[in-house]
Amino acid sequence: MIKFFLMVNKQGQTRLSKYYEHVDVNKRTLLETEVIKSCLSRSNEQCSFIEFKDFKLIYRQYAALFIVVGVNDTENEMAIYEFIHNFVEVLDEYFSRVSELDIMFNLDKVHIILDEMVLNGCIVETNRARILAPLLILDKMSES
Amino acid sequence: MALTVVSQIFPREMIPAVLPLIEDKLQHSKEIIRRKAVLALYKFHLIAPNQVQHIHIKFRKALCDRDVGVMAASLHIYLRMIKENSSGYKDLTGSFVTILKQVVGGKLPVDFNYHSVPAPWLQIQLLRILGLLGKDDQRTSELMYDVLDESLRRAELNHNVTYAILFECVHTVYSIYPKSELLEKAAKCIGKFVLSPKINLKYLGLKALTYVIQQDPTLALQHQMTIIECLDHPDPIIKRETLELLYRITNAQNVTVIVQKMLEYLHQSKEEYVIVNLVGKIAELAEKYAPDNAWFIQTMNAVFSVGGDVMHPDIPNNFLRLLAEGFDDETEDQQLRLYAVQSYLTLLDVENVFYPQRFLQVMSWVLGEYSYLLDKETPEEVIAKLYKLLINDSVSSETKAWLIAAVTKLTPQAHSSNTIDRLIQEFTISLDTCVRQHAFELKHLHENVELMRSLLPVDRSCEDLVVDASLSFLDGFVAEGLSQGAAPYKPHHQRQEENLSQEKVLNFEPYGLSFSSSGFTGRQSPAGISLGSDVSGNSAETGLKETNGLKLEGIKKLWGREGYLPKKESKTGDESGAPPIPQESIMENVDQAITKKDQSQALTQSKEEKEKQLLASSLFVGLGSESTVNLLGKADTVSHKFRRKSKVKDTKSGETTTTHNMTCSSFGSLSNAAYEDDYYLNTLHDRGDKELKKFSLNSELLDSESLTELPLVEKFSHCSLSTPSLFADNNMEIFHPPQSSAASVANESSLASSFLEETTEYIHSDVMKVCNNETISVSSNKVWKDDCLLMVWSVTNKSGLELKNANLEIFPAENFKVTEQPGCCVPVMEAESTKSFQFSVQIEKPFTKGNLSGFISYHVMDTHSAQLEFSVDLSLLDFIRPLKISSEDFGKLWLSFANDVKQNVKMSESQAALPSVLKTLQQKLRLHIVDVIGNEGLLACQLLPSIPCLLHCRIHADVLALWFRSSCSTLPDYLLYQCQKVMEGS
Repeated sequence: MIKFFLMVNKQGQTRLSKYYEHVDVNKRTLLETEVIKSCLSRSNEQCSFIEFKDFKLIYRQYAALFIVVGVNDTENEMAIYEFIHNFVEVLDEYFSRVSELDIMFNLDKVHIILDEMVLNGCIVETNRARILAPLLILDKMSES
Repeated sequence: MALTVVSQIFPREMIPAVLPLIEDKLQHSKEIIRRKAVLALYKFHLIAPNQVQHIHIKFRKALCDRDVGVMAASLHIYLRMIKENSSGYKDLTGSFVTILKQVVGGKLPVDFNYHSVPAPWLQIQLLRILGLLGKDDQRTSELMYDVLDESLRRAELNHNVTYAILFECVHTVYSIYPKSELLEKAAKCIGKFVLSPKINLKYLGLKALTYVIQQDPTLALQHQMTIIECLDHPDPIIKRETLELLYRITNAQNVTVIVQKMLEYLHQSKEEYVIVNLVGKIAELAEKYAPDNAWFIQTMNAVFSVGGDVMHPDIPNNFLRLLAEGFDDETEDQQLRLYAVQSYLTLLDVENVFYPQRFLQVMSWVLGEYSYLLDKETPEEVIAKLYKLLINDSVSSETKAWLIAAVTKLTPQAHSSNTIDRLIQEFTISLDTCVRQHAFELKHLHENVELMRSLLPVDRSCEDLVVDASLSFLDGFVAEGLSQGAAPYKPHHQRQEENLSQEKVLNFEPYGLSFSSSGFTGRQSPAGISLGSDVSGNSAETGLKETNGLKLEGIKKLWGREGYLPKKESKTGDESGAPPIPQESIMENVDQAITKKDQSQALTQSKEEKEKQLLASSLFVGLGSESTVNLLGKADTVSHKFRRKSKVKDTKSGETTTTHNMTCSSFGSLSNAAYEDDYYLNTLHDRGDKELKKFSLNSELLDSESLTELPLVEKFSHCSLSTPSLFADNNMEIFHPPQSSAASVANESSLASSFLEETTEYIHSDVMKVCNNETISVSSNKVWKDDCLLMVWSVTNKSGLELKNANLEIFPAENFKVTEQPGCCVPVMEAESTKSFQFSVQIEKPFTKGNLSGFISYHVMDTHSAQLEFSVDLSLLDFIRPLKISSEDFGKLWLSFANDVKQNVKMSESQAALPSVLKTLQQKLRLHIVDVIGNEGLLACQLLPSIPCLLHCRIHADVLALWFRSSCSTLPDYLLYQCQKVMEGS
């Protein structure tokens, strides 16, 4: 099960964070800094899974942006690893060549996309067309 | 959109209001809305499974939905439900398999593909479900072999996501009932992973290996070189995963190397969590497999000095217990202790080194207890060393207390007492109360040497001091106080209750505070017998006794009664304690052979390679020989002395590795006990071997009950290797004395086809017709016996024909353990006769409602065979029996249980009287009324086989306050539910 989903840039600024398990708000920042520190300290040759406290971190780097997912023991690491890529593909399709700025200024939309894909810590949808369908309807409504 | 919100945040209380709306949406024409509705239901299931129980049928509909998305969403619900109770959903295996087949075969719309792999996450989800369903169940597993094979074959594209699927496949293949071909393929996959240059795959491979190794240690041999490489990998995560793998394959031969590797890693790592985890593992391995004393003490020293204060407190406690209780061989003990003392003295000699507080505490205790074993150094010197530590500022006050205690223990042996006098002088004015207390004790004892000798005898640390826990010596004082008009002492909770009943104001949580504090108020039962325990002692008498009490505190904490039990048991089982020498030499031969082989291979390779090879051979030596061992039928008995200690725990955990070792080690004991066994086997030989099935059912019970009869189990478990068919019977004899007698009774009864007269001595339910067709009809009834639930199915042959090979089988169910009583296969059933089949059912974990299903198969006139399925509902109440105990026992038990549940039930005026309530509970729920005190009632019951549950109920106006406590965490909830139902019904 997925515990949290983070998007952090290289400077350690959190761009998006979503928790699927209750974590105190003041503990979140602490956790985020620790997580990003351990991700940044790793090189390309090292593997993308980190055992961190009693759970695991799976991260992937896209230019200056890190996407880090915290999961518990039962999850399949490789599946999550690919899931991150799937998420980025969806973003890419929606924003057409997504950049960090897109995410900063359209945080609500990124959240809608993420909510479509992950619910209660489970991956619920991976079909790109279906993930974007509700969002496109919303966009159409706001235009008209 | 609203549905999305529902599935994210939703309060439990609002479910009933919204549920119908969502159920409507399940029929909506748009698939996205159906999907969201299912997900919302999933959320409901997560937060309150009871409230959506009635719509399970709708989940099934969702599973068969024509849209893939809806179906995929329903899988989440199923994964969760199957995790909780896999037996209930076995019938869905077929559908899951077909779905997976379709997905793998590419029957889904193209837009579900991800990098041309069809719906990978869906596949993973399905594989996970199949793995859960097929666990230990051959029939269900057989259904999925084909599709697993197919997925393994299809997933050969070189893409990350296919690796994820492969990994899940391997996982599933190894968790279901094994099939050799699939295992082979899975092993090949793992090999591919491990050898892959991609680091992520390597990690995955290691993880899979760790998982698989428990079932098949030979696989590690194939990949030993890769593992060695991973051990020196620059990536610490890979290293750690490798160590985890090694931890699983540790045995007596390779323990030194593995622990050394672990310590190396430990010295490098800084993260606290890693240290705690690793230190625990090292300590466990060291205790289990240590080859000799020196190594053991040194390893533990390293553990203590690195692990320091972050490690789990159990580790030093276990270590000290091991030292104190010793093994069977007295000289061995002395050596171990002596070695420990010496090593600590040398450690203390080193200047300017800071040890963690825990380590110092351990040292001071050991020195205090066992310094007398030293020849050269006198107690004075030891005391001087301890004193040096005492005046060190970096030592915490808790440790100082330990140190002074050690000095106190040494004082009677010391002749001169300069240091002691100085110590007393300095610390009686210490600001820390605890230290001062100890110092004063030392002072007083020092003045009275006789008393001191008797109080602190040499080497008696593990014998319990007898201390009056009820403080009865204060009774006189209390009586005096009472006669002078003092109010009797009331326990805290009683006072609270009195206050509450006086106030009679908003009484929401009547007991909220009282029981959280009852732990401190002492051993009073809620019935409330008052005893003076808060008398502060200033008199001379109390002072003296108090030191006695403190002594107890220092010692008992470490090895109380619990610590004692395993020792006694292991003593009885240690006939084989001394390892037979020939076995050892065989082992050595094997070792040499392996090393030689490795060396000859390595001749052509570089020197570095050679070293690795050596390391490999030393790491895997145990495993390598184990395969030989199986042939020889002998095993590593070297490790016993340390393992025996923890064996009780081991059997409980029942891991495959340990059980394997157990059977091996039992071989040694078998030779001693062969005579007895043969005798047993012969006497039992003529009993039929059709009861083989029982073995598998009982084996779990075997683990739990083996605490007291451990050595016997070992012997018998070895017997099972040679004569498995007899094992079932042996097992029955030992562990089911009540059942086997019941079986013999049942035997008679099945011969006489009517059963009612035999079972009338127990309460039984009415006969209920469960299924029938034109030839036979099956009816069932339940007999609530004292030790189990006996299900009796009686089969009536209605036709005029003779039936052959009538056989009744019950499907295994997760919550139950079903044991067949003899006589269940009837060769011939005459026309229009009735036969009965009996099964005793035991519960494994509490539930509200369970289901037991089975089938009956028979042949009509040799040719035509038929089968008829049926099922019976069981409720928790079928397994509840009254627990007859006294109010005092009730009080004791009450305090010892941790899980409690409270609930107020509103009642109508008419029934709001305690006697009537109690009567209902007694009749409907079969609770035993322990006592009635005023408007409170105490009841007790037990869930078979023996989980007690206590109920305290109180009537307050028209509200009945129910309060359950039990040793099982879930039982109170279920009972409460039953109680509420009963109270509503009456």
